[in-house]
Amino acid sequence: MSNSSADALLSSEALRVEALHKSFGAFEVLKGIDVAVDTNEVVCLIGASGSGKSTLLRCMNLLEPIDSGRVVLFGQDISSDPALDQNLVRRQIGIVFQSFNLFPHMDVLSNVTLAPMKALGVPKHDAEAEAKALLSRFGLSEKEGDYPDRLSGGQQQRVAIVRALAMRPRIMLLDEVTSALDPELVAEVLDVIRELAASGMTMVIATHEMGFARDIANRVCFLEDGLIVEEAPPAQLFSEPRDERTQRFLRRIIDAGRL
Amino acid sequence: MGVQPLGGATGDRGPRLLRAGDRRSTVISTLSTVVFIAVLGAIFFLAPGSGTVRHAFFSGTNMWRSFVGNPSKGLPGVGAAIVLNIKMFLVAEVLILILALVIALVRQSSGPVMFPLRIVATIYVDIFRGVPLLLVIYMIGFGVPALSLHFVSTQSPAVYGTAALVLSYSAYVSEVYRAGLNSVHRSQTMAARSLGLSRWTAMRYVILPQAVRNILPALLNDFISLQKDTALVGVIGAIEANQAASIYASTVFNYSSFMVAAILFLILTIPLARFTDHLIARDRSRRLAGALV
Repeated sequence: MSNSSADALLSSEALRVEALHKSFGAFEVLKGIDVAVDTNEVVCLIGASGSGKSTLLRCMNLLEPIDSGRVVLFGQDISSDPALDQNLVRRQIGIVFQSFNLFPHMDVLSNVTLAPMKALGVPKHDAEAEAKALLSRFGLSEKEGDYPDRLSGGQQQRVAIVRALAMRPRIMLLDEVTSALDPELVAEVLDVIRELAASGMTMVIATHEMGFARDIANRVCFLEDGLIVEEAPPAQLFSEPRDERTQRFLRRIIDAGRL
Repeated sequence: MGVQPLGGATGDRGPRLLRAGDRRSTVISTLSTVVFIAVLGAIFFLAPGSGTVRHAFFSGTNMWRSFVGNPSKGLPGVGAAIVLNIKMFLVAEVLILILALVIALVRQSSGPVMFPLRIVATIYVDIFRGVPLLLVIYMIGFGVPALSLHFVSTQSPAVYGTAALVLSYSAYVSEVYRAGLNSVHRSQTMAARSLGLSRWTAMRYVILPQAVRNILPALLNDFISLQKDTALVGVIGAIEANQAASIYASTVFNYSSFMVAAILFLILTIPLARFTDHLIARDRSRRLAGALV
């Protein structure tokens, strides 16, 4: 992460969201979110389904237009300038989805090289060399000629992560990336994310894997009904949650045997 | 996960003309086919007017004469005329694929800037899907020359006919494209855009290839139909196979020339029809294989 030292001199802040509101029709999903993410930091978003985690991630990379508030990426306000090239912004932000969303008509290598070649103009030879290096780093070298439907869910999700990394993003957003996986495939994907965190990648992770969040996060945000109810280091949030709503949520998780 | 997932899928190729089975079923199907053909043959040969029909439609000498024609006496051969059908088909096919795609993309577009174009495209599709192709051919074929414009009004009937085919079929095919574009899940666009690809690049490399794959059988089906409809262009005077057959029939008072034209059209369309079936079967087995993994 060559950028990190230069950024640290200016500001250590990677992403900041201020007073973010977002509605789908009459239904207000996000009701004023404030959150900041430092460079090299891993922030986990937890909360029940429908609490707004996914929507928040999609607002962060402008996949969903926001109704009011601000999104600031490395000091630049990316939410209120209509002339801003959203494609340029999205190239700095990698996002990985719950349902993988690989391109089914392309083999693994083409899935990874498409965006660097067509969005950044990287020559095919260089893009493929970099893609192969990334695939081998995550144990996917043998799969580069396979089509997505021949891969297991875990392999597909690892390819999706590699595809996002190939754009050399400065920050990664992970949207419940293990929720669609069979239980025995979850670990291989979590290992990849741990390696990313260890390499210093700045990440915002929406997850239902509480144990994983406790291990990997620098900070955990608990969302309920479109608001961040409580925000704390994992040790504190999981062992002595202050807010009554957080306590109730964690009790349900523990009763379900998931923590 | 499936190491050998194709085992079951390749065995079952979907509905076949002849179900695989024991020898008894083969014997039965052979017998029933023979009986069926015998009954049809009996009806044809025993009908009161059988002799007349056989002479008027299936006369060997007339079929051969109409096939080669007599160019020196101004009598066009059906065999030579079918070349014009093939030419019109090939040119129209390429233009339809392009124009229909443009129309579909315009209709699928969003944003207020494109609003007038969306309206135009919608009206276009409504009109040309609603008006019979034959009328479009008449209107273009007789209307455009009557305008007495430079170049535009001095083309051959085949050109006007091809233009009419393109206008009419593009309206249909644009709807096929639209169905294909809608069949690709929204999450594919989202994944492509989140990688920083522009709207057009995402369409070009991610959405469109998947859409076309989904609609290939439907597209080919429309083109089989287009091959036949080139015969309609004869009504404005283009000497294509049907028109050549018609000229022969009215000169000699024998309709065997129409049988020649029919056989030539069959020779053109059957390979495309079989190819379409092949694609559908392949797509089906691939989807089955995908479901097993």
